[in-house]
Amino acid sequence: MNRRMPALWAAFFQTIPIMTGYLFLGAAFGVLLQSKGYSWLWALLMSVFIYAGSMQFAAVGLMAGAASVVSAALLTLMVNGRHLFYGLSMLEQFRDMGRKRPYMIFSLTDETFSLLCSAKAPAGVDPKQFGFFISLLDQLYWVAGSVAGAAAGALLPFDSRGIDFVMTALFTVIFLDRWQAEGNRRPALLGAAIALICLLVFGKSVFLLPSLFLTTAVFLAFRRKLAGGGRTG
Amino acid sequence: MNPEAGNAALIVAVVALTTAGIRAAPFVLFPPGKKTPEPILSLGRVLPSAVIGMLVVYCLKDVSPLRYPYGLPELIALLAVAGLHLWKKNTLLSIGAGTALYMLLVQLIF
Repeated sequence: MNRRMPALWAAFFQTIPIMTGYLFLGAAFGVLLQSKGYSWLWALLMSVFIYAGSMQFAAVGLMAGAASVVSAALLTLMVNGRHLFYGLSMLEQFRDMGRKRPYMIFSLTDETFSLLCSAKAPAGVDPKQFGFFISLLDQLYWVAGSVAGAAAGALLPFDSRGIDFVMTALFTVIFLDRWQAEGNRRPALLGAAIALICLLVFGKSVFLLPSLFLTTAVFLAFRRKLAGGGRTG
Repeated sequence: MNPEAGNAALIVAVVALTTAGIRAAPFVLFPPGKKTPEPILSLGRVLPSAVIGMLVVYCLKDVSPLRYPYGLPELIALLAVAGLHLWKKNTLLSIGAGTALYMLLVQLIF
């Protein structure tokens, strides 16, 4: 009996919202890349090796503008710096992942992170296999979407305006689930509030990194107070 | 073939390596064999909730409440997602119906 299939199925159902979002966002990236004169091979290369949504869009601009290596590295640090904090939250969960650990770390995008910290493996399914398939499927969707987008050019068969709301809806649902499940609601509220303040102060292109630093600082400073109100596991 | 292909390949490599480096940094700093400091572990317990709240705000960053359509499509669709989810508790239904509603709103009404 193959023990992987139940884990793959369970992961597939969990990742359906991300599949929708990644296929369409990936296709949008592919179309953009194609419009700058780069073929689907470039889309494949970038989605396999970079695998970071917003940064891949930014990289198209860098490539088209013949930017320097230094500015490419700096922009990546600014855009993807938030992923540092995802790793901090996954230290324990990835601890016993064995051979799968490097890939789990490499593929930790916003969306995969949000699923890994919310989705629970059903009874009888190996949580490690389940987590691994979530990460792997998510990247496959992204790669498939971006290659198809680059190959098909701008020939999307229907008006897909507004499809990116699927990500907003996904995060909102996860937010609500955590809100109802946890005894301690201060972290969620604090995160949203700090992000909102930073958005107003720093503007929409750079606010995420300062809000992460500020939230971390507040958590470290008020650690004992914030941890109160029951264990949150 | 694009004339800047060499430089473009270099940029792809730099972006890929920098991204992987960022993602690996916490795991290199706090390896499994070593005991991770307690403040870092407690941070790992509260950050996920905070980051999800942050990502909701991040997704809505392009909404301009002071200009037409005043963020109304987002507000309506978000209320639908939240209402549906609190009522039916079905993740796919909440996300699917909310997204479909948003697409209808931005394509046909606003």
